[in-house]
Amino acid sequence: MKRIYMDYAASTPVDKEVLKEMMPYFDKYYGNASSIHSFGREAFDAVEKARERVASLINANSEEIVFTSGGTESDNLGVKGVAFLNKNKIGSKGYNIITSAIEHPAVLETCKYLEKQGFNVKYLPVDKYGFVKPDDLEKAISKDTFLITIMFANNEIGTIEPMEEIGRIAKKHDVLFHTDGVQAVCKTPVDVNKLNIDLLSISSHKIYGPKGAGALFIRKGVKLQTLAHGGGHEKGFRSSTYNTPGIVGLGKACELGKARLKKDAEHLRSLRDNLIKKVLKIEESYLNGHPEKRLSNNAHFRFTAIEGESLNLMLDDKGVAAATGSACSSKKLQASHVLLAIGLNPAEAHGSLRLSLGRMSTKEDVEYAAGILPGIVQNLRKMSPLWNR
Amino acid sequence: MTDMYTEKVMDHFRNPRNIGEIKDPDGFGKVGNPVCGDVMAIYIKVKNEKIADIKFKTYGCTAAIATSSVLTEMVKGKTIDEALKITRDDVANELGGLPAIKMHCSNLAADALREAIKDYKNKKKK
Repeated sequence: MKRIYMDYAASTPVDKEVLKEMMPYFDKYYGNASSIHSFGREAFDAVEKARERVASLINANSEEIVFTSGGTESDNLGVKGVAFLNKNKIGSKGYNIITSAIEHPAVLETCKYLEKQGFNVKYLPVDKYGFVKPDDLEKAISKDTFLITIMFANNEIGTIEPMEEIGRIAKKHDVLFHTDGVQAVCKTPVDVNKLNIDLLSISSHKIYGPKGAGALFIRKGVKLQTLAHGGGHEKGFRSSTYNTPGIVGLGKACELGKARLKKDAEHLRSLRDNLIKKVLKIEESYLNGHPEKRLSNNAHFRFTAIEGESLNLMLDDKGVAAATGSACSSKKLQASHVLLAIGLNPAEAHGSLRLSLGRMSTKEDVEYAAGILPGIVQNLRKMSPLWNR
Repeated sequence: MTDMYTEKVMDHFRNPRNIGEIKDPDGFGKVGNPVCGDVMAIYIKVKNEKIADIKFKTYGCTAAIATSSVLTEMVKGKTIDEALKITRDDVANELGGLPAIKMHCSNLAADALREAIKDYKNKKKK
């Protein structure tokens, strides 16, 4: 059967060029990058080359890049690392950390954990498109605030947050600004200097690199408490033997992503807009998120009176891999916090579908998915006691 | 219990049995809540205290659809008393098990049937 992958926001295939560059670091250049001998130096050089490539993607300096195991670890290190150096603020009246209601669980759960440790956290609401209001942010800041952590672009509905304004406000009030850039890098231009970003999380497997690799940009001079004590790697920010193949892969993925940024974005936007146009012809179908200020590869829908897990498995039966914000597909059996935060009721949130495109997506893929979707929706509605049209 | 859906669950999901409504049913039951993501409606026709016909409509996940479908097969032709003995566990077992997480939220078919039988009995009293 024909299989079409439309879940690039969940993970991407490793680009062939990336894989090619990684391979020798498994069995040929296997030295520990911290070792002084020639085997170690080969690995060290590769790690440093990768560091430059990651830095270049976001206009940072290479000494500002710390390698991690992925987006979740980067978020944890960025947020907890700052919080743990500000324990003197526990019990203060004002908010210590300001975040948004629609963060990825890697940030959201980290913030909830910090709340349990006594920190005062503000979860900013979002509007119907998923935008944080810069005014709300500015109002929440006090002398007790030491960190703002607001995602660059949302992983579910694709909304791109007003980074420039958030960065300006953070700088004006002298508060550190962390952003989860996992979905944004390589899809939209990211310049940490222009946007006044102090900490930025990157994941390799979302950008055609291998799983198990990531990075945290830490602006020069910003101090963090390490979470992984040990041999003092990465200037003490994160101890662990260098994952040389993974780091090499991440570096190459960043290099390719930077070179192809414009081309990829144009390709994706054209496919995405065509997909959205076609799918919205289905009766009582709606687009979640903003029509324009969204990731170039993200299309997120909801359909009245059907449930997302069923929809997903029926698409899967026809070869299309997608995602949903339905409670039934989550381990917690709760509707997506993002969809609830943009004002949908749980029943609306259950009927959601995310189709995310990628570098390898084609016009034919879009035609196929858009072609089978109306029949599947109709089929499920025929079974649904909530559909009486 | 399993983590994934069994082949039988997928079969009932892909080819649900007895979908639809019955006009002028002898009993009708509806349980669940769109907020939780599952609503099941069951229609029955009763002849000589036996379930002569049964149809269902379900809004919900794969497990919700499959449990509704398999239940209709299990009770068709059974007496009312036999049908009332069927539990959620029986329905899950008939499908070769359900993921643990789905046992409570999506396994409502037996409850919907019980409501339909209750409705039938109430109508009969009148």
